[in-house]
Amino acid sequence: MQIYLPIADLPVNVFLILAMGLAVGFISGMFGIGGGFLMTPLLIFIGVTPGVAVASVASHIAASSCSGAISYWRRKAIDPSLALMLLAGGVIGTAAGVWLFTLLRALDQLDLMIALSYLTLLSIVGALMVSESVRSIMRARVGKPVVLRRPGSHIWFHGLPFKFRFKRSMIYVSAIPVWVIGFLMGFIGAIMGIGGGFLLVPMLIYLLRVPTATVIGTSMVLTMVTMASATVMHSATNHLVDAVLALILMVGGVIGAQFGARAGQKISGEWLRLLLGLLVLMVGLRFAFQLVLHPDDIYSLRIVEGMP
Amino acid sequence: MSASRFAALAGMIGFMAVSTPAMAERLVISLSHHRVLVTSSFTGTEVVLFGSIERDQTAPLPRRGYDVVVTVTGPRESERTRRKERVLGIWVNMESRTFVNVPNYLAALSNKPLDAIVNTDLQRRLQIGLVNTTLPQRIGSGVTDVTQEDAFRMAFLRLKKEHGLYIERNNGVTFFTPTLFRADIPLPSNVPFGLYDVDVKLFADGATIAESTSALEIIKVGFEQFVADAARDHGLLYGLATAMLALLTGWFASVVFRRD
Repeated sequence: MQIYLPIADLPVNVFLILAMGLAVGFISGMFGIGGGFLMTPLLIFIGVTPGVAVASVASHIAASSCSGAISYWRRKAIDPSLALMLLAGGVIGTAAGVWLFTLLRALDQLDLMIALSYLTLLSIVGALMVSESVRSIMRARVGKPVVLRRPGSHIWFHGLPFKFRFKRSMIYVSAIPVWVIGFLMGFIGAIMGIGGGFLLVPMLIYLLRVPTATVIGTSMVLTMVTMASATVMHSATNHLVDAVLALILMVGGVIGAQFGARAGQKISGEWLRLLLGLLVLMVGLRFAFQLVLHPDDIYSLRIVEGMP
Repeated sequence: MSASRFAALAGMIGFMAVSTPAMAERLVISLSHHRVLVTSSFTGTEVVLFGSIERDQTAPLPRRGYDVVVTVTGPRESERTRRKERVLGIWVNMESRTFVNVPNYLAALSNKPLDAIVNTDLQRRLQIGLVNTTLPQRIGSGVTDVTQEDAFRMAFLRLKKEHGLYIERNNGVTFFTPTLFRADIPLPSNVPFGLYDVDVKLFADGATIAESTSALEIIKVGFEQFVADAARDHGLLYGLATAMLALLTGWFASVVFRRD
């Protein structure tokens, strides 16, 4: 069934988009991530312009992280004060990201920046994940115990002022790194169309020592609010959010996530991380090829708005 | 012949667009539709133009017969053509040119190749055929058209043709009799909405002898158009509504799939 995407300006098959939503939802449920880093590239690869893909995926991630956040809230696995502190930076970061997005678009360099950001971020994160999971799989083979956290180790920013006690997470840290992390996530999310869960969760664990009990729920609250604000800001400034596309993605995504979550429980953590790492690397490589290979057409057209 | 075509032919008698009265020939044209509604299931259509050459009995038939060129010009807007270049191994948009106030849609239909109808000088002067249409570019502080061999100009025409919005068919006009013809104006699925000018020029032995104009309107209707209008005209409200929709979908999913 063909439908016409009003903002993407593209006729697409509803079932293709729904299947993409299901597949990415399945993967995101399996790995406990938002899936924006997969969905945005997939949309770009089927012909949606990078700008529309980024802006529309924001609302798709808002939906999936909202349903996640609600179920974590029920289990009291969210630290509200930490979430609020992250959000203070997150919303400002989103606004900064949308501003840069608009600027790059006016300079005709948005597509390039999106591709470059994906290439850089995904290659680094993918390589780290793969090497880390391969090492822990090897360790498990040999039979050595895995050292997860070295207690007592201290990072320089733990000495910063504005210390806060986050009761539910049972941590006592400066608000400055919390704001900075929130800002970075909002900023990256608005430009790349990712929730950033796969970056945020490790940062919260390794840098802020947030316990595993509250880390995923809290990160989902941040993702939900930054992505919802990114949706509003992208709509108000660039008019690039395709609500029809987003709605189909959301429906596929939330259903897929349910099945993915069940499948994820059957695979061990190391193998799951290895699979995710390989997936992240592959998407990164796809962007590298696209940037390096000779384009089909070196010319492209763009309608200039606001000009007679 | 279908009933609608019959109706269109009958309509010609009522709709008389007549010009150049001093000539021995007059051109009478009629469109099958003056309004085309584009709905969400729209996959493209054609508007049929019928034309009749009304001759003075004394005028001799031209040696090579009559020739007709139909030019359909869509709403105008500005478009930027960008060119990628290799920088440090990756492909980057470098140079760009802005084409100011150019037709978003352009169709040039004729009964034979343009070169067989009139010489190139006259083609340029009358602006018939895609390459001969004025395509002003912003260069420095001024706006001017450049030579037809300009790389950006050629790329612009080629891309518009690939998008199906610039169309050139030298078999787009069919003569039933030496004085009665029809032309099918193709409107692709991505046809821009707005007012379209239809211009028909009549040629005999390499010279223009009559001209007639008409217009048609493309109107987009339906849910998708509502969404597109809302996104453009009420961005903030649209964004708030989309964000609410996302949060509601998420909430709904958490209720439906609740596992505890």
